[in-house]
Amino acid sequence: MSYRTPITEPDLHAYVDAQLTDSRRREVEVYLAGHPHEAATVERDIEIRQGLHALYDPVLSESVPPPLDVRPRRLIAVGVRVAAVLAWLVLGAAGGWALKTAMAPSLDAPIVPAALDHDLVRPAAFAHQIYTTEKAHPVEVSAREEQHLVDWLSKRLRSPIRAPNLADAGFELVGGRLLPSTNRMAAQFMYQRADGARVTLYIRRGDWAGERTVFGYARHDNVGTFYWVDGELGYALSGSLSRQDLLTLSELVHRSLKS
Amino acid sequence: MSITRNQIIEYIPRLRRYARALMRGDVLAADDLVQDCLERALTRLALWQRGTDLRAWLFTILHNLYVNHVRRQSLVATVEIPGDPPIQATTAGSSPVSWLDLERALGALSPDQQEIVLMVGLEGLSYRQVAGILGVPEGTVMSRLARARAQLRRSLSGEPEASLRRIK
Repeated sequence: MSYRTPITEPDLHAYVDAQLTDSRRREVEVYLAGHPHEAATVERDIEIRQGLHALYDPVLSESVPPPLDVRPRRLIAVGVRVAAVLAWLVLGAAGGWALKTAMAPSLDAPIVPAALDHDLVRPAAFAHQIYTTEKAHPVEVSAREEQHLVDWLSKRLRSPIRAPNLADAGFELVGGRLLPSTNRMAAQFMYQRADGARVTLYIRRGDWAGERTVFGYARHDNVGTFYWVDGELGYALSGSLSRQDLLTLSELVHRSLKS
Repeated sequence: MSITRNQIIEYIPRLRRYARALMRGDVLAADDLVQDCLERALTRLALWQRGTDLRAWLFTILHNLYVNHVRRQSLVATVEIPGDPPIQATTAGSSPVSWLDLERALGALSPDQQEIVLMVGLEGLSYRQVAGILGVPEGTVMSRLARARAQLRRSLSGEPEASLRRIK
């Protein structure tokens, strides 16, 4: 058998990587048919290539997480606007977190993380610490009166809110309470897992209409908080869980509230 | 602007897949790398020339960040624990590749070999694109790829690897 030009090792790699022209590929196939040793090598390389896909292709279908680290210091350095765009960018790509285009901040929309920190994230983390350690009165109204609790809190916050169902993650609603927050009121729902771990969801209205949508993570002591703004409501999910677990739970909260 | 932004979004899953492979499954480290990459891409979007290969540009940024990461890592003294078992395939010869072994074998390659194997084999970039990203001639890409694949085959067949254990 004669070839236009001799088959070389680069040809074999290009064959593995499907980077040959059709005519050259056919020549390589003929060559391999007559060279079992090279054919075995090529077959192994193809197997390894497929192995890489088997190992890492599942990442492609994962929902893209929101920015896992808000890095407050860096945000100030790089510019809040970039952070906002980044938050949107990463959020926008995530299936589970898909945002309506209308909700996405425009490049010029200012975001004031300081206000969120002051009015949402810190109070949420603080309230979490106070009430999750409470043995006798962790909640004001228990989950047995869930409908009453939700109706009451919705009325006081002057915004319809819901207690998301987190049973899929093993967390059951314990109950909730009304809390004073900076110049507003806030609702806190508490959930508990069989092992006693507690998370709280803190919800309040805020003057962050211009921000429309943000998502971030903050940590105070050992309490992690994922927070986001959806319309006029700000949400903060706090817990002493790993960031990844809390993120998974946040996604569940988000899904549950949207359903 | 928004078109480019949307295009970048489309590449996020691929950037994550590549980073995950480079970081061998470390989700947080991989996502940190991708996040840095996106941040850098956004702040330097003006430097990207319209009409050129956006994917290659993003991978170039990711590559540069990875090189910095490796450099930083190598500054941290790594103590090799004596008796650390050499990479051994649990299967031998022509038996099917074990994915766990593959991940370990990949990790035993030098950082530049890993990048080439993954850019070509996982991301499906052409040799020319990879050469452009790494800033080396195409021939260099080919020879590094050949060496890397030969080593992967050896690792996975359970053959001892001569002088391939690098001490950082």
